Amino acid sequence: MTTGSSSRERRPDGAALVIAAILAGLAVVIFWQTSQMRLPPLQQRVGPTVFPYVIASGLVLLAIGTVVSAMRGSFPERSKDDYAPIFWIIGGLVGQIMLLSVAGFSIATGVLFACTAKAFGRGPIWQTALIGAVFSFVVWFIFAKGLQLSLPAGPLERLLTTGSF
Amino acid sequence: METFDLLAQGLISALQVHNLIYALIGVTLGTAVGVLPGIGPALTVALLLPVTYKLDPAGSLIMFAGIYYGGMYGGSTTSILLNTPGESASIVTALEGNKMARQGRGGPALATAAIGSFVAGLLATLGLAFIAPFVVKFALAFGPWDYFALMVLAFVTVSAAFGDSALRGLTALFIGLGLGLIGIDLQTGQTRLAFGIMDLLDGIEVTTMAVALFAIGETLKTASDRDQVNAEVTAVKGSVWMTLEDWKRSWAAWLRGTFIGFPIGAMPAGGADVASFLSYSAEKSFSKKPEEFGHGAIEGVAGPEAANNASAAGTLVPLLTLGLPTTATAAIMLAGFQQFGLQPGPLLFANNAPLVWALIASLLVANFMLLVLNLPLIGLWVRLLTIPKHWLYAGILTFATLGTLGANGAMSMGFGPVRISFELVLLLAFGVLGYLLRRFGYPIAPVVVGLILGPMAEQQLRRALAISQGDLLVLVQSPVSIVLYVVAIVAVGLPVIMRMRGKGGVLSQLATDED
Repeated sequence: MTTGSSSRERRPDGAALVIAAILAGLAVVIFWQTSQMRLPPLQQRVGPTVFPYVIASGLVLLAIGTVVSAMRGSFPERSKDDYAPIFWIIGGLVGQIMLLSVAGFSIATGVLFACTAKAFGRGPIWQTALIGAVFSFVVWFIFAKGLQLSLPAGPLERLLTTGSF
Repeated sequence: METFDLLAQGLISALQVHNLIYALIGVTLGTAVGVLPGIGPALTVALLLPVTYKLDPAGSLIMFAGIYYGGMYGGSTTSILLNTPGESASIVTALEGNKMARQGRGGPALATAAIGSFVAGLLATLGLAFIAPFVVKFALAFGPWDYFALMVLAFVTVSAAFGDSALRGLTALFIGLGLGLIGIDLQTGQTRLAFGIMDLLDGIEVTTMAVALFAIGETLKTASDRDQVNAEVTAVKGSVWMTLEDWKRSWAAWLRGTFIGFPIGAMPAGGADVASFLSYSAEKSFSKKPEEFGHGAIEGVAGPEAANNASAAGTLVPLLTLGLPTTATAAIMLAGFQQFGLQPGPLLFANNAPLVWALIASLLVANFMLLVLNLPLIGLWVRLLTIPKHWLYAGILTFATLGTLGANGAMSMGFGPVRISFELVLLLAFGVLGYLLRRFGYPIAPVVVGLILGPMAEQQLRRALAISQGDLLVLVQSPVSIVLYVVAIVAVGLPVIMRMRGKGGVLSQLATDED
């Protein structure tokens, strides 16, 4: 309809409509949170609420623009993405986040390392986890001991640096 | 001349052993990340910020600048030998460079890229040294309204002017601006959009954001992309040396590339990728053998490579003299300055002159180092390309989480009985955002620039309106700000007209993407 040359009628781009909804949602959150701020009357002219309102208004306009763009089907063509690798990597990151404080940097990051390798098709996971843990320990040692970076230590780090848990 | 004195003093300081070591580490790391596809200078500098926190400011900044320059050199190697650009500014190089490599002329292609980068880097760094004092003199008279106009211009050029869609560019920018609102307002102490989370009071760290968008986002996109081909590394066969004819065809292209690249970087008019594309089309029209383009014309490598290096140096002009970052790497370098309590801008030249001039002079030194690193040692870098993807990306994520923990390792969030790091949760969330932006064709750089420049623009706007007691006209009353707004309008308007006239293809090629 909008593109005369195309014989096939284009349907609105569903994903783009979702993006428009998210942008509008963000705008609503900013509007609502900013309106909740309590300001002493003196500040009100160009206080801390002006910029948030401007940005939220911009987001509303962009959401409208995105809807128009979605109706026209003018979003670029998307590659067909595999979701399994994404879940492996996100799973690896979640695993690392959960394990860090208990198991320490090397073991937690070994899990992330193995999941990432798995996402790229490299297994078996016990082997890559082992390689990852050793690699992470070396990195931990250089950065935590050599460069004084504060990185969480766990049983493995304590065992290998002090000899006790 | 005064500039000569300052530059000479800077050189003395840059040639001190510890500064030479920082520069060497910087250019080596920079070349390596430039060569590796998937990671660029922006990510590398972001990861190094927490590590350098306790080091010497001058040395760290010299190292960051070395990474920036090195990334521009290294990217060309990947483009020529792999046909996959190592970083976005080298996309054009792949057009002719890879063709040359397949014809067995990979050596001369690498040589003209390296020498061109050297010539351009040298000239553009000298350009930076001579222009900077003038800009500083000029900028000292800038009022907050002028700075605000300057930032509006930077917003526009980084998001809307290039790329295939102003809508998506601006959306990316506004996501960055929105995230920049989070935290305590500096002027009134009011909390904004923190949702009662203590960790959000200080706002969102630019480095966490950059690492998430560039490292996690890129890894997710690469892992999930089914269409990607496993490119083969073309071996360097035959002579590495350029023939007399190669030299004859290259030297003018180097100079043209420099003169195209430097102003584009210096005026906030887009990143190095824009410069390299313009240089490529210039070479095509200047060439005596235009029929060779598309089949391995050496000018098509020489010009764009010179242009992207010149523009990297040009980017440092607004960064150092005005405190205005116009690329993602510059935005993170600005965060690097701030980490040491330094604020780039005209006052930096007055208050920290030795540091600034040591930094500029060290860029000259870095250029010589890069020539040596990239010509005789090229075989070493080529070997980096053979690292399998699963190890490469597993390693990238290891360092990404390490850098984030190093910057803020507090286990400040509770998840049931387990203590978890809030910064890593943010890293994951923004990583997913980075993937989605890539998937739907949104540019990344405007998010980073919006996040760091948004709060600065707000400060200037409020300062201006406080002086004028709320009168909005103050924003358009100085000649400087009027000129800047006109340029901004042209920068938005021109592409729209070009798109309507069916020339959008050129612009989408100019997508300001990564670094």
